[in-house]
Amino acid sequence: MNSSLKTLLSIGLGLFILTAPLLFPNYQTQLAVLWLMVLLALTWDIMGGQMGYNSFGNIVYFGVGMYTTAVIQRGLFFNVDEYASMAGGTESQLSLLDYLLSLGLGLASGALLCVVLAVVLGAGILGLRGHYFAICTLGLGIAAGEIASGWDFLGAGSGLVTPLFPETFFGRGIFFYYFFLILAAVSFVVLRYLYSERFGLAINAVRDDEDKAESMGLYTTRYKTIAWSVAAVFLALAGGAYGNLIGFIDPMDVAFAGPTLGVWMVLMAILGGKGTLWGPVIGATIFHITQELFWTYLLGWQRVALGLLIIIIVVFFPRGILGWIREQWPERFGQQVDGEEQR
Amino acid sequence: MDNLLLLVDAPVFSLQLLIDGLLAGAIFALAAYGMALVWGVMNIINITQGEFVILGGFVTLYLSYLGIHPLWGVPVSALALFIVGWGVYRLVIFRIVDRDLFISILATFGISILLQQLMNQVFGADIQNADPELGTLFLFNDDVAIANIKFVALAITIVTGALLMLFLRKSRIGQAIRATAQSARAARLMGINTDRVYATTYALNAALCGATGSLVVMTWVIHPFIGLIYTVRSFMIVVIAGLGNLAGVVVAGLGLGAAENFAGFLLGTEFQAAFVFSLLVIILVWRNYRLGKKRQYLQ
Repeated sequence: MNSSLKTLLSIGLGLFILTAPLLFPNYQTQLAVLWLMVLLALTWDIMGGQMGYNSFGNIVYFGVGMYTTAVIQRGLFFNVDEYASMAGGTESQLSLLDYLLSLGLGLASGALLCVVLAVVLGAGILGLRGHYFAICTLGLGIAAGEIASGWDFLGAGSGLVTPLFPETFFGRGIFFYYFFLILAAVSFVVLRYLYSERFGLAINAVRDDEDKAESMGLYTTRYKTIAWSVAAVFLALAGGAYGNLIGFIDPMDVAFAGPTLGVWMVLMAILGGKGTLWGPVIGATIFHITQELFWTYLLGWQRVALGLLIIIIVVFFPRGILGWIREQWPERFGQQVDGEEQR
Repeated sequence: MDNLLLLVDAPVFSLQLLIDGLLAGAIFALAAYGMALVWGVMNIINITQGEFVILGGFVTLYLSYLGIHPLWGVPVSALALFIVGWGVYRLVIFRIVDRDLFISILATFGISILLQQLMNQVFGADIQNADPELGTLFLFNDDVAIANIKFVALAITIVTGALLMLFLRKSRIGQAIRATAQSARAARLMGINTDRVYATTYALNAALCGATGSLVVMTWVIHPFIGLIYTVRSFMIVVIAGLGNLAGVVVAGLGLGAAENFAGFLLGTEFQAAFVFSLLVIILVWRNYRLGKKRQYLQ
């Protein structure tokens, strides 16, 4: 492939990404969710791929961010009881400025809360390894969902309604499409920077041999906590926005959606190839399209299909797409083969 | 927390909770035997555990629809699930036995999602139970009421535990299972067909889960999506008891049952599941803290 064709292709793809919600107005939500998926896979890969800590509980930050944002939006302009009786009716409509202000404030405090939570939880949980870490985080995610569905302040099992998106010249779908697009792009750039830094080397060292990394003088706990906090910030922002995109927060199915989003993020990263930067992006794109097809054409059996997909991916393609390509053409990834000592 | 005062005022109430909880714990312990077995022998944490339990429950339920007394469901469910377990091993599990731990967790998670919706499609999403009609035992001037089925469950758990121990000690295949648990490579060199040992272990685990499920459907209720909490309970019990300690599993199971019952009463039943999952996190962190003091890690 020559370089001018490559440039043309990337410009075309970029233009397509920028204009997609205008071209396909009926699929705006699904397109926005695509970027959410990319973000979820990327943030899971910080811990799971680069650091070797397979977490099933990252969904906690997603849910906490979502609830914090919604609660702040509710508390800023409404009385709590009044709001509950409106149940998302037209009275709950805000002006655009108020809406954006409350959303921004909610997202910021959600992100802050999640960093604090990541540090506090991390102090206890990040000391666990292997099986125990995976199961512990699995329990954490489900415990959070169960607590949210019993807590009256958060609407308990009947959920919480977010304020209506104000009526302006652009719709909710377009707004959140660009929101998630920018958020995913920012997280990609931030992660690329972090992975190229000392931080990336440190967490890779933790993955390869934690005891050795520690005895070489790395403060592994500090790096692990930072890694979890970075994931938490992006997940909180994504969660807060996703709650507003959906418009209704159900504790088990939307906020702390362990069996769906919580597992999908793991799968997407593995499908694309964990431990690589582009892997989660590719995996998320392919997975999201497949998953939407399942939900459209296999309704009622979609989870059976999903379970099969999980088994097939995990058992037969544990290295993922990028990992497989890397195995086939190692020279393209700057690895020397044939006689030369492998780096 | 209002209920705390109630417990102080009426101590007999806490007796009710204690007995009820201990007996409930016996049912959890039965499934935990299987998890300890699979974990110890194959080094796999089987997330599918809970779905096997629910599947066993459905087998018993449909047996009772046919007019057969649900207690017969205990052996029948065990047998049916033995076959299912063998099938699952031959289809999926044998590919992941020697692999990364994370792969086995995720793969069994996939099986569990698949089974959930499959059961939903086949049996429906209703909350169902099979009444064994064994009546209720009243103690202490009728202040304490315990369903008789729970005593049956305790007896079944203890007898099954003893039989399992005997099976592992005395029978040829049981000895092969223990040898494989110690060192699969050495066992293979001695001419043991470890693949068959693994298949038997996994199927045995599923059978234990099936028996558990049959007790669950008689004692409480089942529906296709409550499997995971049984997996977590089994996991917790095994973590507390340690691998290869069947007596410890019974004790830990009874303890968990009692703790859960008290928590459900004090915090409200809507938080009972939250308590179980939070307890899992707390136990693991606490254990790790203890081991950290000795400069050891949970690996």
